[in-house]
Amino acid sequence: MLWRLALVLTGLAAALPGLAVGQAGEQVVAGLSQNRVSITANFDGSEILIFGAVQREAPPPDTGPLEVVIAIAGPPEPVTVRRKSREYGIWVNTDSFVIEDAPSFYAIATSNPIDHVLSGPEDLAHRISIPHAVRSISANAATLKAYAFTSALIRIREEAGLYFTQENSITIREETLFDTSISLPANLTEGIYLARILLTRDRQVVDEYKTVIYVSKVGLERWIFNLAHEQPLIYGVLSLFIAIVAGWGASAVFRYGRF
Amino acid sequence: MQIYLPIAEVSVNAFLLLGLGGMVGVLSGMFGVGGGFLMTPLLFFIGIPPAVAVATEANQIVASSFSGVLAHLKRRTVDLRMGTVLLVGGLAGAALGVQIFNTLKGMGQVDLLVKLCYVVFLGIIGGLMFIESLRAIRRSRKPGAAPKRRKHNWIHALPFKMKFRTSGLYISVIPPVLVGVFVGMLAAIMGVGGGFVMVPAMIYLLGMPTKVVVGTSLFQIIFVTGFTTLLHATTNQTVDMALAVLLLVGGVVGAQIGTRIGTYLKAEQLRILLALLVLGVCLKLALELLLEPSELYSLAARGGH
Repeated sequence: MLWRLALVLTGLAAALPGLAVGQAGEQVVAGLSQNRVSITANFDGSEILIFGAVQREAPPPDTGPLEVVIAIAGPPEPVTVRRKSREYGIWVNTDSFVIEDAPSFYAIATSNPIDHVLSGPEDLAHRISIPHAVRSISANAATLKAYAFTSALIRIREEAGLYFTQENSITIREETLFDTSISLPANLTEGIYLARILLTRDRQVVDEYKTVIYVSKVGLERWIFNLAHEQPLIYGVLSLFIAIVAGWGASAVFRYGRF
Repeated sequence: MQIYLPIAEVSVNAFLLLGLGGMVGVLSGMFGVGGGFLMTPLLFFIGIPPAVAVATEANQIVASSFSGVLAHLKRRTVDLRMGTVLLVGGLAGAALGVQIFNTLKGMGQVDLLVKLCYVVFLGIIGGLMFIESLRAIRRSRKPGAAPKRRKHNWIHALPFKMKFRTSGLYISVIPPVLVGVFVGMLAAIMGVGGGFVMVPAMIYLLGMPTKVVVGTSLFQIIFVTGFTTLLHATTNQTVDMALAVLLLVGGVVGAQIGTRIGTYLKAEQLRILLALLVLGVCLKLALELLLEPSELYSLAARGGH
C-alpha cells in the first residue's frame, strides 16, 4: 500500500507543474464560417459565423468567469480628416488632421459589456476597443485636436456602419464552447481583414487567437478595377466606346420603333 | 437589387440608378440640355464620392450628347466649323480644368470649388433665363412690340475673322475659342457638358442663329466630355464603368421620351420651367454652403492619395 501512495504522490508531483501551466494556459481554438469574402457585382454584405472552444488540460479555474472578445479589423490606412468652419459667410474646410492608422472596418463582439470583460490597461495593450484601434502615431497625438478629429472619424464611420460594437452577443456554453456572428456591411473595401479572438478572466487576457479573412473583388468587379488601374488609357477608351454605342443604340431603337 | 460599384466602392440600388438616369434623361430631352448639372449633385446626394461622380458623369454625357447630335446631323443643324473652333478651346480648357481639380483635391477644397461653381453659374444662368422667358411671355401677350434687331458690338471688331457658313456669321475666332476654353474648364471641374453656359453664350455673345445652337453645342460637348473622361480615367482612375452604364441606359431611354414630351409644350413655357429647375438646384447647393452643416468633419476618400 505504501508504495502505491508513493506512486500517487510522485505522480501528483509530476502533474503539478503541468497543472499550473494548464491553469494559466487555457487555449482558444476558433474557426470562421468563411476565410474569403468575395465582392461580386451584387454583393450585399456578408455574415461571418465565428465559433470556437477553449482547450484546457485541467478543470476550469474558479477565479472569474470565462469571457470572450472578438475583434475584426479591416486593413489599416491613413485617413485625412477635415473640419469646416465659417469663412466669409460660407462653410469651408479650414483645418485638417492625418490619422496614420485607421482600419477601414472595425467590429467588436463581446460576451458581456466590454468594461466587465476587459480592463483598461489590457484594452490599451491589445488595442481592442474602437478608440484604441484608431490611432495617430504623430508627435501631437495626445493633443485636444487629435482627440477631436479621432472621435469625428469614429463617429462618421459608426454612422456609416463601418465601426460597431456588439456587446453581449457571444454565447458561451459550459465555459468551453462559444459562438457569434458578425455581419460585414455592403460598403466593404478590399484587403486582408484580421480577426482576433481573446479569452479573458478577471478582465485579464488569458489567450489570443488570430486569423485572417481575405476580402477581394471577383469576376467582373475584379476585371473592371484591374483594367482601370493597370491600363487606364484602354479603360477610358472602352468607357467612351460603350457610351457612344449606347447613345447610337438608343436613338436607332427609338427611330426604328417610332414610339 | 443592390449592385457594388467597382470604382466607387459603394453598394447602391441598381433600380435607383436606372431611375435617376431616366428622370434626368426625360428632363434633358425636354429642355435640350445635357442634364449633368442635375445628375452630378444627385450622385453626391446618394453617396457616390464626388471625384467618381464628376468623372463618371462626364462619360455619361458623351452617350446622351452622341444620341442627340445624330438627330441634329440628320437635320443639318450642326455648324461643324464653329464646333471645331469651340472644340480647340474646349480641349485646352478641359486639360486646365482637370489640373485645377487635382490640385484642389490635394488641398481638400474640391467640394467647395465644385459647389461654388454650381451656385454661381446656375444662379446666373437660371436668373437670366427666368427674366428672359418672363419677358418673352409678356411680349407674346402684347403682339407687335419690340422687334428683334441684330446687334453690332465690340466682338465684330476683333481680328482673325473666319466665315461660318451654316451659322451665317463672319466673326473673329477669338470669342468662340475663349467660350470653348471656359466651357471646357467647367466641364472638367463640375462634371457637366456645359451646354447651359454654351447655349446662351452662342446666342447672345456670338450671335448664332438659334436653330444651329443646340446641335453645335452637342457636337462640341461630345469631344470635350470624351477628353475629360480620358483625363480623369488616366490621372485619377475615377471613372466607374458600372455606374456609367446604369446611368446611361436610363438616360438615353429617358431622353427619347423627354424629346417627345417637349414637343407638346410651348418654347416659353419650357424655358421658364428649365429656369425654375436650374434655380432650384442652385438654391439647394447655396443653402448647403450657407447653413451650418450637421457634421463639421469629413473624411478624405483615400488617405494615401
